[in-house]
Amino acid sequence: MSIFLAFGLAVLLAWPLGRYMAVVMQGRASRLDVVFGPVERLIYRALRVNPEQGMDWRAYALAFLGSNVALFVIACTVFLTQAWLPLNPDGIPNMSWHTALHTTMSFLTNTDQQHYSGQTQLSYFSQMTAIVTLQVLSPVMGLAALVAVLRGMLGGRNAATSREGEPRDLGNYWADMTRATLRVVLPMCLLLSLALTWQGVPATFSGAHQGTPLDASAGMAKQVIPVGPVSPMVAIKQLGTNGGGWYGPNSAVPLENPTPLSNFMEVVSIPLIPMACIFMAGAFVGRRRFTMLIFAVMGTLCVALTTLAVTSEQQPNAAARGLIADAPNMEGKEQRFGAVDSALWAAMTTQVNNGSVDAMHDSMNPGAGLSTMSAMLINMIWGGIGCGMLGFLIYMWITAFVCGLMTGRTPEVFGRKLETREIKLLSALLVLQPIALLGLTAFTLSVPSITGNSNPAFHGLSQVFYEYTSAYANNGSGFAGLASGTAWWDMSCFVVLALGRFPAVLIPLAVAGSLAAKRAAPAGNGTLRVETPTFGFAMLAVIVLFALLSFMPVLVLGPIGEWLSLSAHSIR
Amino acid sequence: MNSRYYTLDDDGIDTTAADHSVPHASGRAKHGGSGVIWPSIVFALIFVVLCGLVYPVIATLAGHALFPVQAEGSLVRDQGRVIGSALVAQPFTSDRYFSPRPSAAGYDMLTMAGSNLSPGNPDLHKAMSARAAAFAKREGIPEAAVPADMVTASGSGIDPDISLVAARLQAPRIAHARHMPVAQVQALVDASTRGPTFGALGQTRVNVLELNMALDRLAR
Repeated sequence: MSIFLAFGLAVLLAWPLGRYMAVVMQGRASRLDVVFGPVERLIYRALRVNPEQGMDWRAYALAFLGSNVALFVIACTVFLTQAWLPLNPDGIPNMSWHTALHTTMSFLTNTDQQHYSGQTQLSYFSQMTAIVTLQVLSPVMGLAALVAVLRGMLGGRNAATSREGEPRDLGNYWADMTRATLRVVLPMCLLLSLALTWQGVPATFSGAHQGTPLDASAGMAKQVIPVGPVSPMVAIKQLGTNGGGWYGPNSAVPLENPTPLSNFMEVVSIPLIPMACIFMAGAFVGRRRFTMLIFAVMGTLCVALTTLAVTSEQQPNAAARGLIADAPNMEGKEQRFGAVDSALWAAMTTQVNNGSVDAMHDSMNPGAGLSTMSAMLINMIWGGIGCGMLGFLIYMWITAFVCGLMTGRTPEVFGRKLETREIKLLSALLVLQPIALLGLTAFTLSVPSITGNSNPAFHGLSQVFYEYTSAYANNGSGFAGLASGTAWWDMSCFVVLALGRFPAVLIPLAVAGSLAAKRAAPAGNGTLRVETPTFGFAMLAVIVLFALLSFMPVLVLGPIGEWLSLSAHSIR
Repeated sequence: MNSRYYTLDDDGIDTTAADHSVPHASGRAKHGGSGVIWPSIVFALIFVVLCGLVYPVIATLAGHALFPVQAEGSLVRDQGRVIGSALVAQPFTSDRYFSPRPSAAGYDMLTMAGSNLSPGNPDLHKAMSARAAAFAKREGIPEAAVPADMVTASGSGIDPDISLVAARLQAPRIAHARHMPVAQVQALVDASTRGPTFGALGQTRVNVLELNMALDRLAR
């Protein structure tokens, strides 16, 4: 029931939001110009840029990289010096160099993998200026890249006046970033933040409280209750496909997610903007059937994996079998949510590449582990803001190429031919994932002293593979039992985080730039039409082949092996 | 596509659109010049202030003004003294109180976590067996009747709630320890039970700290 409510509300809200985002990103005039216009003009003047000025894909990519470098330096500096900075009522020390590097890269890449616990290792100043800033900007960067790629697929904003082969105008990066941040993301965050505070998420600048527990005989003299400006951070964490929580156990913590209603608001927020991106893309290219194709492909995968996760968690935990009467798996879950709502969250947070959790994935049944890992390997069922749609486009181009080969026609999408250069770039992206994930998983497992996992056998392998998969997918959820704050884990994940983000943004930009400059062929009888059920099925096949079969051996050794061994003999 | 006219300069620097200069794809040497460095730095600084200070400060102050109790962490007080938070479980061992769910972190918010033990981990089975045996013995019921929430560690380690079944099973022990009729304790349990929100979201639950404080108030 709650599952249908959540999906229904998400789609219902995403539709108008997507149309609004299209208005914002196309720079069309709107009534809100009165409010935002002056602020934006002030920002452009400080940046010394002309928001109307077009950029070709190289200039756009360079601006993207430039802003990343600047933000990296600022955030990392804050983490390394937080003890001396203001707003640190609980006296938190500076972060270690490797965790600071990892944390910065993690939040900059919209991943929010955390190798620290916020309540003891980050000051309020760090949480706000470094964490929240990156949580707002990293999804907007994905959105900007998507918008640029969509413009490129239509030949660029200067398509009408340019000749074949000329560089095309993919938009202005600074204007895209500014408009999306001010007009879309921040207002939504403000609303959600207030709603969450109403439900019980703290919003204060006072330091941690101390309680004197009621039962003196229980041996706890004082209970420390860390608080802070939690609510604004949780709001952007959920809305921005971020996932990095204020407290260590994320949204399982009642102060971060106090009630079933707050849980509902947070879980609806996870796919909201990614779904809105689909409607926005449809409005951008002016084809409703394109939106339907995307929803059909993503929706099919979503239903399959969500069903797997939910049915899996309704089963008893194998360790409790024969001990108590059969009941859904409650290990690592909260009583106020229960198994179904927690499994729904687990499915959404991995499909959307959010990565926040309201229950511990490490203690879930193997079916849920398989569902979450598969979702992260595919990484485009809704996906991250912008990046999910980019992932979809990558698979769409690949499928068009494969279908073109099978039918003996030149593969083209929206009238623009895919040729050697584009396919080479896309293939590099496809090959990178197994090399990075399998290589590092194998190496880490071969050196047990650096692994530090909390579980034996099949699940121990899953823990390591999950961590790298989550990093590469820019998801950030974890099988939290890993001793992950070490130099090895920090630095190896640092590399994986960057590999999972930058090529996935830059390569589609390059492809779009190259496609844009080609002459658009009018659609004829021989044209491969992408907006058909046949093409949708072909895409599903390609996605399953590339994203899952490349990893079949490790999935068999991990969650599938665990599943079989647990069901084979009622353990012990 | 639209009426505006753009010229493209390779590194995106504003150029006047007066002459029809054909944009050229070469000349990448110009990239990395001041065309991207200045906006990158200024952009980062402006948005650190906007997203990292202006937004969270406004959201925090507004939230605090509208909902002062929740904004401070839903603290509960007894005669002015802070007992804890209604949203944070405390340890209870006395027979006079309801027990919360097991915690993998001793109900300490600074180290809170779930157990992170997988279903196939022998340690998890051991821990569950011990909890089931202890609960069954204490409440005088068969092990098979122990509810799942009392043998499993919560996700946060500070889950403030237990299931209604878990509360009802504990009621006779508490009534005995406090020399109260069981029905009176059961009535208190029912009064502090919250069902699923809108009948659809979440599960039925009983807040342990609030229930125990209600017990103490009754005794005074």
